Amino acid sequence: MITADLATVLPELLLALAGLGLLMFGVFHKGDATRVVSVLAILAFAAALLVMAKGDTQSITAFNGLFQVDRFTVFSKGLILLAAAFTTAMSVDFLEKEKIGRFEYPVLIVFSTLGMLTMVSAGDFLTLYMGLELQSLPLYVLAAYNRDNQRATEAGLKYFVLGALASGLLLYGISLVYGFAGTTQFSSLTLVLGATEGAAPSMGVIVGMVFILAGLAFKISAVPFHMWTPDVYEGAPTSVTAFFAVTPKIAAFTLLIRVLEGPFGQLGHQWQQVIVVIALLSMFVGSFGALGQNNIKRLLAYSSIGHVGFALVGLAAGTEMGIQGVLVYLAIYLFMNIGAFAIVMLMRRKGVAVEGVDDLAGLSKTHPALAYVMAGVMFSMAGIPPLAGFWGKFYVFMAAVQAGLWTLSIVGLLTSVVSAFYYLRVIKVMFMDEPKGEFDRHIGKPAKLVLVLSTAVIILFSIFPGPLLSSAKVAAQVLFPG
Amino acid sequence: MEPWQLEYAPILIFFAIAGGVAVAALGASWLAGRQKPDSEKGAPYECGFDPFGDTRSKFDVRFYLVSILFIIFDLEVAFLFPWAVTLGKIGLFGFWSMIVFLAVLTVGFIYEWRKGALEWE
Amino acid sequence: MFAAVLVASGVMVISSRNPVHSVLFLILAFFNAAGLFLLLGAEFLAMSLVIVYVGAVAVLFLFVVMMLDINTAELKDGILQYLPTGAVIGILLLVELVALFGSWGFAPDVEAIIQSQTPPIAQATNTEALGMLIYTKYVFLFQASGLILLVAMVGSILLTLRRREGVRHQKIADQVARTTETVKLHKVQTGRGI
Repeated sequence: MITADLATVLPELLLALAGLGLLMFGVFHKGDATRVVSVLAILAFAAALLVMAKGDTQSITAFNGLFQVDRFTVFSKGLILLAAAFTTAMSVDFLEKEKIGRFEYPVLIVFSTLGMLTMVSAGDFLTLYMGLELQSLPLYVLAAYNRDNQRATEAGLKYFVLGALASGLLLYGISLVYGFAGTTQFSSLTLVLGATEGAAPSMGVIVGMVFILAGLAFKISAVPFHMWTPDVYEGAPTSVTAFFAVTPKIAAFTLLIRVLEGPFGQLGHQWQQVIVVIALLSMFVGSFGALGQNNIKRLLAYSSIGHVGFALVGLAAGTEMGIQGVLVYLAIYLFMNIGAFAIVMLMRRKGVAVEGVDDLAGLSKTHPALAYVMAGVMFSMAGIPPLAGFWGKFYVFMAAVQAGLWTLSIVGLLTSVVSAFYYLRVIKVMFMDEPKGEFDRHIGKPAKLVLVLSTAVIILFSIFPGPLLSSAKVAAQVLFPG
Repeated sequence: MEPWQLEYAPILIFFAIAGGVAVAALGASWLAGRQKPDSEKGAPYECGFDPFGDTRSKFDVRFYLVSILFIIFDLEVAFLFPWAVTLGKIGLFGFWSMIVFLAVLTVGFIYEWRKGALEWE
Repeated sequence: MFAAVLVASGVMVISSRNPVHSVLFLILAFFNAAGLFLLLGAEFLAMSLVIVYVGAVAVLFLFVVMMLDINTAELKDGILQYLPTGAVIGILLLVELVALFGSWGFAPDVEAIIQSQTPPIAQATNTEALGMLIYTKYVFLFQASGLILLVAMVGSILLTLRRREGVRHQKIADQVARTTETVKLHKVQTGRGI
């Protein structure tokens, strides 16, 4: 029995061993091991991805239902591992230039990714919580990673305090649900809640669910739990921000879908209202908050809040098509953000990193290639057809319309028009304004590779959306049996 | 009152006596002694001369590191208690699961050692 | 009684002027929480609360409070500013809780589900019941918690440890390894130098 269980968690096991091994390797290695450990960490991500792709994609549970693997988890784990590998690759050069390279950085990323894989595969609220903590603890450390920088330390502290609060809310919610149902396992919870169908659901379980929702909403930085996002994104080192912006969001989002569609599937009416409100607010704050930002990292923070809002529209629909839309949206979001942050990391003048939007001025003249990539990413984020970002939005809004959520989709369209304004402003600054001086010429190989890959994916998806759509569809089907 | 709760009665009595003694000692001296505090008497005594500064000075961050490492190992030990109690019943599997757990923390311990976090410079 | 003291000391934690006193009240609060756990029959939790929280966390808090070197007067100014918001949130939560307990309902077959999880208290003590579950049924979570502790270790070292320059260490191995060839022994007579 135990061997079968271990086979199920093989990717996680691999990452755990890799993390431990790399920690030992780094500490016994003479001199700076950051580069070697980073490469090895990327290899570990690749190996985990490979093992997962080769593994059985049937729905199985392990460890007495604590852990579950199916096509849905495989899809999002694939995204998470890809994102982790990309961000690690990007950060090597950046850390060296900032002179904050330490081998613990990739090790912490490995452990955080492990936590995300665990929470995505959670089949029980206990696993969910453990995974969430294993995911966020390294993130707190990474946010404060540049410890001699006051901004970074502030970011780390803020993130930690608010994150602890969110964990507290989550735990409180879990305990309320447990108090109602006497179980924390998703499958038995589905049964228990299904048994009370017809009768009005108990207050306790609803309040518990709302608390759990609040805790998870904090992790995906949905309004009104978004306050930390701009400050943390700005304060943390850019490579960490890139990791923050993509990977934990995908993990927490999948978890949110899993929890709402799984155990709380019976309470659809209750959580739908909450999600609708959160989605509306996120879209509003995301688009209007970004208007006045001049720091590109803050701008991307608000943009990510907005994107979360758009993705939540698909979840609010609550249909198979909606979930498919969300998954597609998350995949596209990953590549757009990776591309954008890869460029932000290259913004350095005479060895000093700059982060202002106006620092991009005249990029088309000094670095035409970078400018075109950035323009592509920005157009895609704004959702201008036929780029990938448009299709992501298209699918979630379609799902919302089909589910009869007219207001939500109309507000979504309007806010996406507003948000297009600030994305276009970035493009205008790059192409119309006079250059403020050149960025440093040197672009490392990993950064080039990441940029090429993310651009390629955005363009490829715009032309051939088929493969991603069908795999997202297969993943979404798992949640809607029959 | 259930029977297992009654087993704690000695502890309760113990606390009551301890509290009583503390209150009695403080109360008696407060009642019996003469209380005439003035600013000289209340000031911290520092070998006869005026105090240099506030008694609250900044502690080194290393104290914090030591105590957080202590908490981590403290928790590890807390996990050992139930294990020790049930070792006979959980069999070989339970035994090895604890060994793996300890191995993970030993990795952390080696890391600490190599990093020099355990040395007080 | 425990609950009353717990709440009172909780209030004292946030209202006391001296941060060190706050920590001491926190310890009192932990003790009372442990007492409550005892009354509920969760003896292992109670004892670990005393060992871990009172023994370690409170000491950590004391260190932190001392490290921060907080000016007590400055703290007071902040409180008034945030009191209204905090009070509103607290009252909201309280109302929610009261409403909850007023209309608390269990799932229909809740008894059956709980029964299957742990042996009844008559057969195994609380600690034993925990031990039976943690290391076998919940082994995955157990190992995950090990990893979390490891990350905590790495993180705290990463963030706080600094190497100082110019510190001379005692190298015990070198001292012991000295032989008579490198050490010259003198017999010093009273009243004379070497």
